[in-house]
Amino acid sequence: MLRIPCPHCGERDYTEFRYGGDASKTRPAHADRDLRAWHDHVFVFSNPRGPHREYWQHVLGCRQWLILERDTATNAVGTARLARDGAGA
Amino acid sequence: MTERYSALALARHALTGAPWPRAWRRADPRAHYDVVIIGGGGHGLATAYYLAKNHHVNRVAVLERAVIGSGNVGRNTTLVRSNYQLDGNTQFFEHSLRLWEGLSHELNFNVMLSQRGQVVLAHGPSQLDVLARKGNVMRLNGIDAELLDRGEVERLLPYLDFSAQSRFPIYGGLLQRRAGTVRHDAVAWGYARAADELGVDIIENCEVTGFLRDHDRVIGVETTRGRIGADRTAISVAGHTSQVAALAGLRVPVESHLLQAFVTEPIKPFVDHVISFGAELFYLSQSDKGGLVFGGHIDGFNSYTQRGQFPQVQTVAECAVALIPSISRLRLLRHWAGIQDMTPDGSPFIGRTPLRDLYLNGGWCYQGFKATPAAGWCFAHTIAHGEVHPLIEHFSLERFLDGNGYDEYGLGLWTYRQ
Repeated sequence: MLRIPCPHCGERDYTEFRYGGDASKTRPAHADRDLRAWHDHVFVFSNPRGPHREYWQHVLGCRQWLILERDTATNAVGTARLARDGAGA
Repeated sequence: MTERYSALALARHALTGAPWPRAWRRADPRAHYDVVIIGGGGHGLATAYYLAKNHHVNRVAVLERAVIGSGNVGRNTTLVRSNYQLDGNTQFFEHSLRLWEGLSHELNFNVMLSQRGQVVLAHGPSQLDVLARKGNVMRLNGIDAELLDRGEVERLLPYLDFSAQSRFPIYGGLLQRRAGTVRHDAVAWGYARAADELGVDIIENCEVTGFLRDHDRVIGVETTRGRIGADRTAISVAGHTSQVAALAGLRVPVESHLLQAFVTEPIKPFVDHVISFGAELFYLSQSDKGGLVFGGHIDGFNSYTQRGQFPQVQTVAECAVALIPSISRLRLLRHWAGIQDMTPDGSPFIGRTPLRDLYLNGGWCYQGFKATPAAGWCFAHTIAHGEVHPLIEHFSLERFLDGNGYDEYGLGLWTYRQ
């Protein structure tokens, strides 16, 4: 079972969380008209075999959005920080 | 020269005790090929076979990192069917099913196609309406489909839960009689043997480590067994699409997720059909050895571990018992996970890439196995002629740029929710 160390609630089963995808992407500026940049932001993934930074929301706990470091080759979990603290790219 | 398999050959070998020859050669890489296919799974081998058979491109190599058939072609739940309702999907998967129907003769290899029929269940009136619409789409395309009411489902599948207490009451279902199962290993072996006979080199234990480039043109690959030149190069590596594409500097709309499958201990013949639950993504069939084969949903987050998470085991077991209470005491013998190439809209990419002479077939989500013959057929056409086969035009790598996401199930554009 994947266990996620929530900064508020402690380590919990991943089933308490909602997965929110790759957190290493940079959202294009709001006024950016480059369709390719938006396409890449929404649809394209690095999909690494190895370290991955990703969003999880603790929906059955504190309901906070977290950014978790996880290795996709082993599922080894690193630290989780609050996304609102600007841990995103 | 490959020996033809037949009843006569079987009798001759039985009587004389003569050993059977190798089914395909152990080929060493040559310096240059017309087409190099990366990935010796079902799709790669089928592509090589149809390149040689339909398009007379005989200088073809299939490069496989491990041994052929060691990836997803041997990790799926072996179902074949053509009950799709989006225009394009309907015709593509029907083409695939028709190829399945002739495949044993085509390859001179028994792939053990068993057209036992698939029933998709509806657990409410609106769900039955959706199935009726799908059935109509299929019939308008000349595909067999029969809408069943509750009584008809009960006569066909009396062991489902029809009690007053059932958690998900059964309202009816959609039956495709031509759907069924195939022996999946035989698909890899059959295509390999038939392609080899047409001169295709199948090179195992040969990992691609880079692409040879001439500006925006791909002219071959670097491998662990040396440099191999190619007029055209094709990627067909399922769960590792992102890694191989990255070697060419491409980033693709694919994320790798785990899909688990399960087999119970063997029991006497019981489930004569393929049955799809309507209340969750769950389906089952019974293998020739007697085990019930279960399939479910992806784990829900990207991973390459090939080890599934336990909550999905629990969900699948709950679905099985909700559908067929009498199997509650069966034990699961084994379960495994395949690395599945998920795309934002649940549909694959098959065709050209931004690089000249580099072609991509990947992102098959749940549909890779049943698509094997048609994907190989259409991909071979695309590679041989440099133009996309009409049946796969809607599977373009650029479709999201044009707003043409191709979402069969209407789940929205999320890889991990497909």
